[in-house]
Amino acid sequence: MKYIARLLAVTVPAMALGLAAWSPVRAEVKIGIIASTTGPGASLGIPYRNVYTNLPPQIAGQPAKFIILDDGSDPSTSVKNARKLIEEEKVDIILGPTFTPGCLAVSDVAAEAKIAMICLAPVVVPPAKLPWVFSIPQSVPVMIAGVIEHMKANNGKTIGYIGFADGWGDLVLKALEATAGPAGIKIVASERYNRPDTSVTAQALKLIAAKPDAVLVGGSGTPATTPHIALRERGYTGTIYHTHGVIGADFIRVGGKSVEGTVAPTGPLMVAEQLPDDNPIKKVALDFFAKLSPAYPQVRNAFSGYSYDAFLLAQAAVGPAMAKAKPGSPQFRQAMRDALEASKEVVGTHAVYSLSATDHNGVDKRARVLVRVEGGQWKLLK
Amino acid sequence: MNFDIALLLVQDGLTNGAIYALLALAILLVFAVTRVLYVPQGEFVTFGALTLATLQQAKVPGTAYLVAGIGVVTMLVEIATALRERRRQGLGTSALLYLVIPTVLLGLAAWLAPRQPPLLVQVLLTLALVVPLGPMTYRLAVQPIANASVLVLLFVAVAIHYVLMGLGLVFFGAEGWRTPSFTSLRVELGPMTASGQSILVLAASAISIVLLWQFFGRTLWGKALRATAMNRTGARLVGIPTEASGRLAFTLAALFGAFSGVLIAPFTTIYYDSGFLISLKGFVGTVIGGMVSYPLAALGAVIVGLLEAFASFYASELKEVIVFSLLIPVLLWRSLASRHVEEEHDE
Repeated sequence: MKYIARLLAVTVPAMALGLAAWSPVRAEVKIGIIASTTGPGASLGIPYRNVYTNLPPQIAGQPAKFIILDDGSDPSTSVKNARKLIEEEKVDIILGPTFTPGCLAVSDVAAEAKIAMICLAPVVVPPAKLPWVFSIPQSVPVMIAGVIEHMKANNGKTIGYIGFADGWGDLVLKALEATAGPAGIKIVASERYNRPDTSVTAQALKLIAAKPDAVLVGGSGTPATTPHIALRERGYTGTIYHTHGVIGADFIRVGGKSVEGTVAPTGPLMVAEQLPDDNPIKKVALDFFAKLSPAYPQVRNAFSGYSYDAFLLAQAAVGPAMAKAKPGSPQFRQAMRDALEASKEVVGTHAVYSLSATDHNGVDKRARVLVRVEGGQWKLLK
Repeated sequence: MNFDIALLLVQDGLTNGAIYALLALAILLVFAVTRVLYVPQGEFVTFGALTLATLQQAKVPGTAYLVAGIGVVTMLVEIATALRERRRQGLGTSALLYLVIPTVLLGLAAWLAPRQPPLLVQVLLTLALVVPLGPMTYRLAVQPIANASVLVLLFVAVAIHYVLMGLGLVFFGAEGWRTPSFTSLRVELGPMTASGQSILVLAASAISIVLLWQFFGRTLWGKALRATAMNRTGARLVGIPTEASGRLAFTLAALFGAFSGVLIAPFTTIYYDSGFLISLKGFVGTVIGGMVSYPLAALGAVIVGLLEAFASFYASELKEVIVFSLLIPVLLWRSLASRHVEEEHDE
């Protein structure tokens, strides 16, 4: 009798544990989010994250759970968070990280664990990892092409570049090199700096010595103001262009008067009211603002738009995926990936997304407008 | 690279170098007196800069609450120690230092901040708010293990760095801040225009260094600090309270750190985690001074500033690499050139 009791006391918990770990099939869709809410990327990460904290916990009519982790703008922490989400929380899809080096790092984990990730920063991955990596923000060449068009329209012939000394700066420089040459614009200076740097005077001096007609700053968030302010302090009067990574209120707050007249590309949501009525993006963007501004008044920024678009894409994919598998299983992760890749004409706040096996960003020229800082606000550049 | 650019780079390098020199001196001072390699010096810089930025926005800075909170914790630790040692003397001074002064400062900050006082008052209030963190850190983290080896003290210093950085994030937020320049005048010095702000930084650093030199040479407490630095047991034997020396060293370090923070805030956007890199560069200056010589440490820090400016110009991607690689030849030179002395195990 005692022997049987002891046997049961050991085997029943073991079986229970085994059952629990074996197949967590559930009705709830778990969405893992990695955002840089601290560190130099915080001025982007916080708006990215605030969308998910204010969305109702459901997706395509199914109950959903958003699990949000902070990676402190550090790629190794992004990887740790990704592993935690995949192995402990068993999420069905990962949204994030919110900065390019983090996306590059997590893409390895996603490909290995066979889970789709919708990166919230532009990223370019080698073809072997491409099946599992999607990215929402407009690809850098599309946006920089807009900048070059504007420059050409203003008869600029030479451009200088200063960007982050990491994956993002690389991406922007490559895009610049690819688009400037065909347009007849010469890159006369190319400098780099680190996100937490306190002084870029030397790089600014070198740029000014090359006398470019315009300068492109390959940064994002508030650290992008550092070379901008340094250039203006040293008396540079040409136009300074930025990437779509600076479109937010913090950039203007830290830059102050120096950033007046900055031109940058962004998605249509920033100037949604000024869009023509037949543009499908206008309705989605205005809906988005109306839905979230009671809880999150500063919802009107580019990064929150990207977060919402990632959610919309995932939402469009959940329907087809539920037909094939149940949430929480590896088959569901595969089904989500397949459904994402097959998305066509999903209207978001930044663009109309049509993905394919070779294009995991899916945006076209409709995704880009040029804006300028006027009187401390971002205004549409006509 | 022509003469104008070289002059501008020299000016930029000297300005940064002056700030690194203040930090190098503070780190060296703390190391000499307490043998703690004070990595969190950068956090004092950050707190100083961010407190000033918050005061400029007419808001009560988080530092006031931080100081009051840590003051209460330190007082509790003091009471616990007093109970264990069954003594009552010293509790009065502790209550004054750790409870009364922080509360007064908190009240002062809450009253002054919304009134947008003139810049000088704001700077003084910033210094007053950040400096108490020094002795409190000493009392909480270092005094109980004051006799441990240098390595253990270094681990504790790194731990303090993470704690202070986390507290900085809680009290100041993840966003960066910049303060407006103290002065926007530009001065013609021969062939180049120097900004008034840079001259102010250089002058302030030079004056601080001279004041520190006089403090060590002529005041009783300065000599007491030097004695503790030379030999702790000997200092105790002649009646110098080593805990008080340690507290004073940390107070001076906090003062220098906060002052550097106030000086650097108009130049650049400071985040809650910017301090670490700045203090590391000050530390390189200290290493160049061999961890013993104050003038060499200041000079080394200025060299680091100049090297950083010129390296950013010629090879901006490799700037950090070049600056920190300076450590290698310096350490090689120092270890080959100095005579090997058996370390005295005196505690």
